[in-house]
Amino acid sequence: MKTFDYTIKDELGIHARPAGLLVKAAKAYASEVNLTKGEKTVNCTKLMALMGLGVKCGDVVTISVNGDDEIVAAEGMKTFFEANL
Amino acid sequence: MKKYTGKGVYGAIAIGKVSLFQRQDIQVKRLHIENEEAEIERFEEAKEMAVSQLKEIYEKALVEVGETNAQIFEVHMMMLEDDDYNDAIREIISNQNMNAEYAVATTADNFATMFAAMDDSYMQARAADVKDISNRVIACLNKEEERLTQSDEKMIVCADDLAPSETVSLDKDMVLAFVTAHGSSNSHTAILARNMNIPAVIGLGDGFLKEIEAGSWAIVDGFTGDVIIDPEEEILKEYEKKQKEDMEKKELLLKLKGKENVTLDGTKINVYANIGSADNIGAVLLNDAGGIGLFRSEFLYLENMDYPTEEQQFLVYKKVLESMATKKVVIRTLDIGADKQADYFKLDKEENPALGLRAIRICLTRPEVFKTQLRALYRASIYGNLAIMFPMITSVSEVEQILGICESVKKELKTEGFDYSDNIELGIMIETPAAAIISDKLAPLVDFFSVGTNDLTQYTLACDRQNPNTERFCDTHHEAILRLIEISAQNAHANGAWIGICGELAADTTLTETFLHMGIDELSVSPTFVLKLRDTIRNIDLGKVEI
Repeated sequence: MKTFDYTIKDELGIHARPAGLLVKAAKAYASEVNLTKGEKTVNCTKLMALMGLGVKCGDVVTISVNGDDEIVAAEGMKTFFEANL
Repeated sequence: MKKYTGKGVYGAIAIGKVSLFQRQDIQVKRLHIENEEAEIERFEEAKEMAVSQLKEIYEKALVEVGETNAQIFEVHMMMLEDDDYNDAIREIISNQNMNAEYAVATTADNFATMFAAMDDSYMQARAADVKDISNRVIACLNKEEERLTQSDEKMIVCADDLAPSETVSLDKDMVLAFVTAHGSSNSHTAILARNMNIPAVIGLGDGFLKEIEAGSWAIVDGFTGDVIIDPEEEILKEYEKKQKEDMEKKELLLKLKGKENVTLDGTKINVYANIGSADNIGAVLLNDAGGIGLFRSEFLYLENMDYPTEEQQFLVYKKVLESMATKKVVIRTLDIGADKQADYFKLDKEENPALGLRAIRICLTRPEVFKTQLRALYRASIYGNLAIMFPMITSVSEVEQILGICESVKKELKTEGFDYSDNIELGIMIETPAAAIISDKLAPLVDFFSVGTNDLTQYTLACDRQNPNTERFCDTHHEAILRLIEISAQNAHANGAWIGICGELAADTTLTETFLHMGIDELSVSPTFVLKLRDTIRNIDLGKVEI
């Protein structure tokens, strides 16, 4: 399993559009991609749950990637967060 | 006549007839079903239909509001495909043996409640999105046609609230304005209205819809958020005028935005904007100014009860520089004194404040105040294209002292490990006759001059600019002033410096040609004047033939 922490820089946090993009990005990999904020963890392919976390600007989230392509997927997710969030 | 006030989300004025946007109340019946599998199948079909409708709306939005804003409909499609949402619906159908309509409505309520309970106004507004997509599925289950009916006359569309999909589905050419009783400025509808350039006022309250009637005349003022129903003749005329002016302004904007500030014979000049606070940046960008020619930093001091800290100033300067990206931002150091007073400076009461301890004189008397500002400016310099300008200069020694302080600030920052840009232009204001007359001595010390014509006029003509009795002696076009500007321009250019004008004369289009002849490099005016000035410049022919 690969994990990394990321501090959200988008002013609105993980709002509707980036959440949608995140779902798309996560679905591209075979690995399971999870996002943890505080005590809650959600699967990144679940849009509503992701939005329901209410991740705000400045929040630190942990992304964990688990599966066959986890090395590539973790890199890909990192790039995604930096570009979109 | 009746007036309501809500929140304007797109500044424009509409005058026309009201049409009430009524959606059929979706009555969802709660029914027991026998065949769960068939019911789930019904739901899947309806969902598919809803997704394909959303796809159409998405394509329409792509054209009308652009990709970024259209993405919300992609998100809507994804919401419909969301596992948790679908699982919840299927669960209600198969475990509780309920009909699909009820399952969808209940699930929508649950998710909407979750969003509405979040402590973030943006996320709260997403409750409307969940309801919107779910209502679409329910309509598909009932095989309802698209529920919009529209007349063939342009109308002001009034509704309790509009879902984003409804906003986009309306034929844009038939909508004069959107007016809603509810909704937030964070709602996608508000965002879409802004992008469709349709005046919109939201949050007028419940009473509003009960009292208006379809077909009555209304004025919608998207600037102030006012909605006036059945306006009186006089008010109607006033708004017609306001609407016409606004349209002319926008037309000018459209025509001149992105165009160069160049005369018919090819002479170019920079047109920048003057601003007095970071809040004005929106106007600067909207009016397509090439940069900020004068950022009055006084507001930081005037709005404070005590000296603003380095950090406080740093954040403001950083924000302005970042917002302007690579465009030049000329920030003027504090110009307190005379007509601008802050109590905590505890300045002595002066007989003649215009000739007293003001601007750079305060800075040189109280270097600690000056240094705090310079430190904040230098630290912020790495975030954009900064130029610093010093006001009220009268002598070479003042400029030498300033440059000495700048050097020591740089040294301090370096030892403390702060970064700063190496390309900060330093300039002075030419606003005293003394500075203009010795501009040959000043120009080699600086990168630019900026002529403050208000003070230059006051000091040259010995006319208090706030005294109405001297007004008739205060000829702003006085030859003495124009000569001082011309001398300054010649001396600037002879020493490789550029020269701009940031006072009121910069916006005086009767002088634009004169300034162009003098070789002025930049004119800085209030944001709303940028395009008018551009229009003037583009129609001037200096008759210079390019060789």
